[in-house]
Amino acid sequence: MPEKNNKIITENLNFYYGKFQALKDINIKIGEKKVTAFIGPSGCGKSTFLRTLNRMNDLLGEVRIEGKVLIDDSDIYRSDVDVVTLRKKMGMVFQSPNPFPMSIFENVAYGPKIHGIKNKNTLQEIVEKSLKQAFLWDEVKDDLNKNALSLSGGQQQRLCIARVLAVEPEVLLMDEPTSALDPISTLRIEELIQDLKKEYTIVIVTHNMQQAARISDYTAFFLNGEMVEYDRTENIFTKPKDKRTEDYITGRFG
Amino acid sequence: MLTKPKDRKELLINGFLWAAAFLAVAILVFILGYIILKGMGHVDLEFLTQKPRKMGSEGGIFPIIIGTVYFVFLTILTAAPLGVGTAIYLNEYTREGKITRIIRFGTELLAGIPSIIFGLFGYAFFVVLLHDYTQGWSLVSGALTATCMILPTLVRASEEALKTVPRSYREGSLALGANKWQTIYKVVLPSALPGILTGIILSIGRAICETAALLLTLGGSLLMPESIFHGARTLSMHLYMVAMETGNMDVAFGTGVVLIAIILLINFTANYAIKKLVARNR
Ligand SMILES: Nc1ncnc2c1ncn2[C@@H]1O[C@H](COP(=O)(O)OP(=O)(O)OP(=O)(O)O)[C@@H](O)[C@H]1O
Ligand SMILES: [Mg+2]
Repeated sequence: MPEKNNKIITENLNFYYGKFQALKDINIKIGEKKVTAFIGPSGCGKSTFLRTLNRMNDLLGEVRIEGKVLIDDSDIYRSDVDVVTLRKKMGMVFQSPNPFPMSIFENVAYGPKIHGIKNKNTLQEIVEKSLKQAFLWDEVKDDLNKNALSLSGGQQQRLCIARVLAVEPEVLLMDEPTSALDPISTLRIEELIQDLKKEYTIVIVTHNMQQAARISDYTAFFLNGEMVEYDRTENIFTKPKDKRTEDYITGRFG
Repeated sequence: MLTKPKDRKELLINGFLWAAAFLAVAILVFILGYIILKGMGHVDLEFLTQKPRKMGSEGGIFPIIIGTVYFVFLTILTAAPLGVGTAIYLNEYTREGKITRIIRFGTELLAGIPSIIFGLFGYAFFVVLLHDYTQGWSLVSGALTATCMILPTLVRASEEALKTVPRSYREGSLALGANKWQTIYKVVLPSALPGILTGIILSIGRAICETAALLLTLGGSLLMPESIFHGARTLSMHLYMVAMETGNMDVAFGTGVVLIAIILLINFTANYAIKKLVARNR
């Protein structure tokens, strides 16, 4: 659907939790350096879909996946794919902020360290750069050794974003990143997303329709594991083609 | 003044609970106080630094303190990696299934077995069968026996501690591209450490208090243990043996005081360390 440069493509993607089919024949093309929003009622499979994109679902017990997920045109479910490299490339921000119980510095340095960066100065630079990118630097620069859990919810979420940026991903997968936050923190994260879009491909799950309308270029509407409609955001919100999309965005159900 | 029936009932219950709590503490204080009063007089520098004479009825308990320390260290050295390792395997590397259920059932079963049975096993296995490797009655045999004895508790406590680590920590780490072991080592274990330490402390307590199983495996030598292949005697054993063999109750009570002091010391330091760790994790 979007222009020429597609970062993520899925082909006939089906996903099962045991016998339960959570995703049904998903075909989507997600544009590079665009913000794509997933909307839909609770339980429709948005998170499940997001988690198939960095293979987080692999961690669960009885799951099965059919079809293809192509990132930069290569199938990430091929057996020779290195999951570590994949996850590094596909940064993920979770619904509730989940900083590690360590200092702010250690949280951001965690990823780079894991990936082999040992030099103190380099780490310092990465931490500073990432925190600045996440618009958190000014608030925490004086106590980087403070425990991350003592930050406010909004700060914690921005820290989690900084932590992801520190490993230099290409894609940001965000699962309702503002659902646990107050309006001001939400606004800051939305601004941040607008800013990050210049460099990153962003996929964001949200329950907040205004949010999707405000920040995304494309929107996909999910219902019961199916992708009902996928289009430019303004089209979805002004002239949806499918009756179910219209019902959902006008608040008639869900 | 009139009180409503409900209030009276509550007062009664409160009163009873208070009395129960008071009694429990009072009994504890009485026992500790009694032993300390009876034994304190016997504890002096000589008692702490001299070798025992005449089967322990005279002289001091220095080699026994050292033996106890060696024994505890050796036990923890073998038990902690095994116990924590098992817990990590059960909790992080396997999905709930037949194997985990069997292992868990096994550890629970072992936890309910009287320690003297472990002593018997340790005697037959470590002391007799593996004599060439353990030198019979020795710190090695005793520590290995104690390891078998405390392993179930340790596995259980470590597992509980690992279970309290939120899944979101693991997911956060894995999503950054960390592999499983990095996630466990850098995120999961540090968060679980306070709980694991508590388990280790409880286990140390059990090992220090043990007598019967150690009589069969550690021997009971009064000499200073020169290596881990020498026999030794822990304070609990000494207390029992002195009381039974020489009837010198003063020495027994004195040993008791030292034993209590060591246990309290371990507990206070551990609690302090755990509090520090918890504070760091908050
Ligand atoms: N681990 C799991 N095991 C079994 N079923 C699951 C699991 N996770 C999700 N499901 C089911 O799959 C379906 C899709 O769940 P998913 O979490 O993807 O929905 P969602 O669109 O993200 O919902 P929400 O908006 O509430 O977060 C739901 O019916 C859910 O019950
Ligand atoms: Mg969800």
